[in-house]
Amino acid sequence: MADPLLRVENLVRRFGGILATDNVSLDVAKGELHAIIGPNGAGKTTLISQLTGHLLPHAGTIRLAGADITHVPAYRRCALGLARSFQITSLLLEFTALDNVALAAQANDGHSFRFWGNARKESHLRQSALAALDRVGLANRADVLVSELSHGEQRELELAVALATKPQLLLLDEPMAGLGATESGRMVKLLQELRREVTIVLVEHDMDAVFALADRISVLVYGRVIASDEPAAIRQNAEVRRAYLGEQHAVTRHG
Amino acid sequence: MTASLNARNVTAALVAAGLLLLPLYTSASGNVFALTLFTRIVIFALAAVSLNLIMGYGGMMSFGHAAYLGIGGYAVGILAQEGVGSALIQWPMALAASALFALAVGALSLRTRGVYFIMITLAFAQMAYYVASGLARYGGDDGLTIYKRSDFGGLIDLSSRVQFYYLCLGCLFGGIYLVWRIVNSRFGMVVQGLRSNEQRMQAIGFPANRYRLVCFVIAGTMCGLAGALLANNTDFISPATMYWTRSGDLMVMVILGGMGSLFGPVIGTIAFLVLEEFLSQVTEYWALIMGPLLLLIVLFGRGGIDGLLGRLRRG
Repeated sequence: MADPLLRVENLVRRFGGILATDNVSLDVAKGELHAIIGPNGAGKTTLISQLTGHLLPHAGTIRLAGADITHVPAYRRCALGLARSFQITSLLLEFTALDNVALAAQANDGHSFRFWGNARKESHLRQSALAALDRVGLANRADVLVSELSHGEQRELELAVALATKPQLLLLDEPMAGLGATESGRMVKLLQELRREVTIVLVEHDMDAVFALADRISVLVYGRVIASDEPAAIRQNAEVRRAYLGEQHAVTRHG
Repeated sequence: MTASLNARNVTAALVAAGLLLLPLYTSASGNVFALTLFTRIVIFALAAVSLNLIMGYGGMMSFGHAAYLGIGGYAVGILAQEGVGSALIQWPMALAASALFALAVGALSLRTRGVYFIMITLAFAQMAYYVASGLARYGGDDGLTIYKRSDFGGLIDLSSRVQFYYLCLGCLFGGIYLVWRIVNSRFGMVVQGLRSNEQRMQAIGFPANRYRLVCFVIAGTMCGLAGALLANNTDFISPATMYWTRSGDLMVMVILGGMGSLFGPVIGTIAFLVLEEFLSQVTEYWALIMGPLLLLIVLFGRGGIDGLLGRLRRG
């Protein structure tokens, strides 16, 4: 079997006496959409932050396409093909949608110590930005200031920004957070298309979305992975039901 | 973003034209005082424009920007004292010394954010102030008189008021042009992006502090040029040039004119220094009038005078 695109081994992260990440091991194969679910406080965001490099683990390793990236700083992971979206929308509010995506394209196009030429007139940056906007259905909103976009549009823009860095692996931290039913539906459709192009790790609370999208699901409880399997097997898993789904009945209802 | 005929651009064009034509007026009217005042204004405007690059566009609230005025000035003064009069040596030295100081200050202070950044830049500027006060050979506390202005080998005569004024104005317009190019370049987009949202910029792959540091050094160097001009203008340089109140004045000029606006700092500097000049003739308690006036503009004119002008049309 080929090496997985992302391999997490025995990751440990403590906050004082609390084990937020407790010996987590995880494989994400290339082309897979891997969902991470778990009740509130299970350590999902802590895990994501270690994958993106915003938080350093106390032990364990993270490998991307075979290379050890455990201690690579956050900004450099992006160049290695790791892109993320934020749980709480994080964009440049006083820039236009197009500028936001163009900056991501620029980040992927060598260093930016160029002081003279007008960046907004570089057609290849603008074009790849426009393509990414088009990909998420925002092409007609390109010149609107981000602060004037709706919440749903901002969530889609987060995706476009991540896509513009041409990632191998997309880490999506609750892309449906705060979306209404229609907007969620659109986002699921969008992810259905994107998964064909890029490997995705999805952290999400919306169980309908997770079970509709995921190839594999890892369940995180109290910082530990208690199960990592295909959706059907996760539904049947007694420990998962007891620890997590039992409280919420979200899956049994659809099962 | 095309230039259009609105209150902001018209004001900027009028002010620029006024500055260009000022020597004609002073030679016709014999009002030398106006030329002296405006030479000073143009020099401080250059300093304000450089501060605006890091403060307005880069979001770096440096409270020690006057240090570069002093360093640029002392480079000229010390070399003149030691018998090196050529501008071709003095001025590059002024720029290099300012750049070096900015590099050291920036490398340390940019590790911090917010109020800590303000305090550390202030602390460095005060250190420069005390070092200058301790330079006994170069006047110490009393400052250093410069007996001969920088020598451009007959190309420009700095003792001629008009020629010196136009040299300063050329530097100011050059500085504004440079900032304009930088702000719209790839580099400028990154710096402005970092002001807006550092987390996002890191996530798409930009090493934040590297870009901030370069921006900080560019601004410091530009202000060092203003320092070299200032020393030539007053034929004198003293530690007081670097005192923290001077840094505060520069910040006020930028905020008054409009942070993050290309021409705003020039308008802010004119407003600040002209008001200071005339109010101080009316009463020695001029600061009592100046203070509330500034407060009103900051409170009600968000974006400074430039912001006010921008809203004239939109109503």
